[in-house]
Amino acid sequence: MRLSLEPRTSPWPLMSALAPLLAVALATLGAGILFALMGRDPLAALHALFLSPLDSVNGLAELALKATPLLLCAIGIAIGVRANVWNIGAEGQFIIGAICGGGVALYFGPDGGWWLLPLMLLAGVAGGMAWAAVAAFLRTRFNAHEILVTLMLSYTAVQVLGWLVHGPWQDPEGFNFPQTPLFEPGALLPVLIEGTRVNLGAVFALLSVPLGSLLLGRMMVGFRIRVVGLAPGAARYAGFSEAGTVWFCLLLSGGLAGLAGICEVAGPIGQLLPVISPGYGFAAIIVAFLGRLHPVGILFAALLMALLYLGGEGLQISQQLPLAVTGVIQGMLLFFLLGADVFIGYRVRIVPRTPRHA
Amino acid sequence: MHDAAMLLAVLVATLRAATPLVLAGLGELVAERAGVLNLGLEGMMLVGAVTGFIAAVATGNLAWGLLAAMLAGAAMAAAFAFLTLGLRANQVATGLALTIFGVGFSALVGNSYQSQPIQGLATTLFPELSTAGPLLQQVLLIDPLVWLSLVAPVLVHRFLYRSRAGLILRAVGESHDVAHAFGYHVIRIRVLATLFGGAMSGLAGAYLSLAYTPMWTENMVAGRGWIALALVVFSTWKPGWLVVGAWLFGFVTIAGFQAEALGLSVSPQLLATLPYLSTIIVLVLISRDRVRLKLNAPAALGKPFNPAA
Amino acid sequence: MLLSRRTLLLAPPAAGLAARTAAAAGPMKVGFVYVSPIGDAGWSFQHELGRRAVDAALGSAVKTVYVENVEEGADAERVIRKLASDGNELIFATSFGYMNPTLKVAQQFPKIRFEHATGYKRAANVATYSARFYEGRYVAGMIAARMSKTGIMGDVAAFPIPEVVQGINAFTLGARSVNPKAQVKVVWTSSWFDPGKERAAADVLIAQGADVITHHTDSTAIAQVGEEKGVFTVAYNSDMAKYGPKTCLTAVTHVWGDYYVGRVKAAMAGTWTSGDTWGGFKDGMVKLAPYNAAVPDAVRQEAAAKIAQIADGSLKPFQGPIMDQSGKPKVAAGAAMSDKEIAEMKWFVEGVQGKI
Repeated sequence: MRLSLEPRTSPWPLMSALAPLLAVALATLGAGILFALMGRDPLAALHALFLSPLDSVNGLAELALKATPLLLCAIGIAIGVRANVWNIGAEGQFIIGAICGGGVALYFGPDGGWWLLPLMLLAGVAGGMAWAAVAAFLRTRFNAHEILVTLMLSYTAVQVLGWLVHGPWQDPEGFNFPQTPLFEPGALLPVLIEGTRVNLGAVFALLSVPLGSLLLGRMMVGFRIRVVGLAPGAARYAGFSEAGTVWFCLLLSGGLAGLAGICEVAGPIGQLLPVISPGYGFAAIIVAFLGRLHPVGILFAALLMALLYLGGEGLQISQQLPLAVTGVIQGMLLFFLLGADVFIGYRVRIVPRTPRHA
Repeated sequence: MHDAAMLLAVLVATLRAATPLVLAGLGELVAERAGVLNLGLEGMMLVGAVTGFIAAVATGNLAWGLLAAMLAGAAMAAAFAFLTLGLRANQVATGLALTIFGVGFSALVGNSYQSQPIQGLATTLFPELSTAGPLLQQVLLIDPLVWLSLVAPVLVHRFLYRSRAGLILRAVGESHDVAHAFGYHVIRIRVLATLFGGAMSGLAGAYLSLAYTPMWTENMVAGRGWIALALVVFSTWKPGWLVVGAWLFGFVTIAGFQAEALGLSVSPQLLATLPYLSTIIVLVLISRDRVRLKLNAPAALGKPFNPAA
Repeated sequence: MLLSRRTLLLAPPAAGLAARTAAAAGPMKVGFVYVSPIGDAGWSFQHELGRRAVDAALGSAVKTVYVENVEEGADAERVIRKLASDGNELIFATSFGYMNPTLKVAQQFPKIRFEHATGYKRAANVATYSARFYEGRYVAGMIAARMSKTGIMGDVAAFPIPEVVQGINAFTLGARSVNPKAQVKVVWTSSWFDPGKERAAADVLIAQGADVITHHTDSTAIAQVGEEKGVFTVAYNSDMAKYGPKTCLTAVTHVWGDYYVGRVKAAMAGTWTSGDTWGGFKDGMVKLAPYNAAVPDAVRQEAAAKIAQIADGSLKPFQGPIMDQSGKPKVAAGAAMSDKEIAEMKWFVEGVQGKI
């Protein structure tokens, strides 16, 4: 016998809710087995992974801080994917946003007034947009596929940042270490809860959820995106421009990624360093899919992903388990989630195979 | 005499630096030709590297290590194929997940093997290597996997353009619906192409852990999977150009070092952007008119196939 | 069982601080933060050896924990803070990039003591420490020049920060002290850890005639290339003899154990104070790994004499006269560079082929 997939006429709503839970349950089971194999008490280890990061105000604040860039990048990516515009270079736009916004902070130094922070945020958004605009231009003008262009531009951005902090923007007082001077206090995002690190960036990230939903669900642009994504022919017939959608989606997601970038350097980091992102832009693609390309789902997915990062540190401290364990569990969870999605769109049927030897 | 040895050394260093890129890139090229975009190269290479190393240490035989690495890479690709081709999960997301898993998994299983010194491929085959003269030494360093990186592109080229199976594979990558209508097993062909890609990535990883730098350390692939991915696009999905791209990339790195050691100043960061920027330029050149793009890029790349549709 | 654990964890974050007084009776908690996976050799591995030395020396009086592979940047601050709020009373942050995060956390936890490796910013509860790696480099350079036939040596280095520049300069000066014509070629990999790139760099250096290769990177690749090609190497961070049994001459290693044990004891006794420690051969913080059988006795004795001179202060590696690459005098004869000048070093001495 073999399995056969039959597409459902409409997605199975119950499964939409159940699939992530099923995946988390399977991944938890897998993680527990892994812990037991490594000679740890599975319950204690699972506790350290999933619960202990949340046991304090500071822990929750850290969770919000870690989820912020994932959320901002993922919302933009998801809106693009809905319109069949694939921005997988949020990492690069994040970095260029951080460079542009950070450049403003460094340029004005202590001379900045109240306007400095807004200007930095704008520069960050503009930087992210500009980097994404390269891909939009090459796609609409030369038909170059944005998956590949945005990916290549990500690696380029990493090198540009490296060049700046090793060269022209290096802190002259910094003993030749690759870093810029620290930003002035006026160039740092205000902290929301005293004693923690969660800052204004989290508010932007939260706001992006309802705004993204609105955009996708109600506004005309949202409608347009859906039509273009599902059937390019129909969209052209209805008078929607494919080029316009490409530009809109890439600028939107680039701007959000740029915002995430400047929020990271004007928030917890406070200066430019050779590495400012542990791969948020790429992790955000996974977050977007885990969240089913829907802003509310993405919010939960971003929190879950952030929790796994934090829990990995908890596992090291309380269970002396290497960080690699977290990567394996992350990978398992992602596989299960991606795999479980099949039940939403398809009916799985067992087809008895006609016996070859009677 | 000395100059000849130096020139040969630079060429051999370039060939060796390019070998993992050629091997992994060829595998991905075949997969992409069949319409499958697997971004998990880095993860598959790491798992190949660690599996090959462990198998070589356990059996004391490098050949078993290479075989195990190919199987491990193929196993990773099988997981990818199961999710994307079987359960129709998104290819981009699954490929990225494959890399995250591969980085963690390889580090976990390889943890206790980090302290193991091992004799590399070149010194195992040519024990006289370390005492040979400079010219002979360079020749001996061209080990079988480097030869393979020269021969395999020819074989893949012949397969893609001169064999019936290659024709079918390309047809599947062009339009799965048409290929399906002709009665070809789209999914089966794509699974096989993906498995081949995984095996080649595994082999490329094992080249690193058993030949180029005979050791296992976490994350030792250090981004070569992503470069191989870029090279596939740079090559416009043609094996010959893939090799040229890999050599160019290897040569730029080596030439950069060469210039530095002679006391010249180069910005290593700006040098490192070259492969990516040139890939974008090539992409623009081949994409700007649709006819040319059709001749070059697999049209169904990354698109899911739904036989009932 | 789960219930009790949960009640424990629901306690407010201040519980960690409050526990400190109670902890005086129990073992003292000490935390370590590493920048890379511990692995089997390299920078973080040496710090891990230091942590194990603390465990071995103080036994049940301490409880040490570590977190490996912590990215320098936003993640570091969270990890350091987590260690602080978990009740660790002394925290070692072992990478330069942890400087600002450590200071930020230290401000919030004034009663907890922090130690930051290789940094230059201190506070009442933040001490800094590092080792004079260049002292080891000087002697290693001397040994390398004695073993070299071509007089050309190679150095595969990551980034031109002062610590690396000091090492390259000291190696060159040491080499030139026994062979005034010695040359050291420098190649930058722009990465602390990329075995493949290090190997390619070594291939190029060997092709250009270098017959002793050293490195300031984190992997064991250089020792292995040397063994494969029959070229001598001088390893860095850790003893890598097993990767180059025939060719790895020695290694400039860092030994943190004594320092860590001393600081933990001071913290226990209440005598810990902030400050800067920059130890060398004299303090046992820098050592040369056991020499390869290929190193002749005469060279061993010469090296031992130099080490003794450096330890008692009669030989300073950065003693004038020193010229820069263009042959211009930088340090006058009879003068020696001050610690501050050494710490800020941004130029190469005569005999180095390469650019910063």
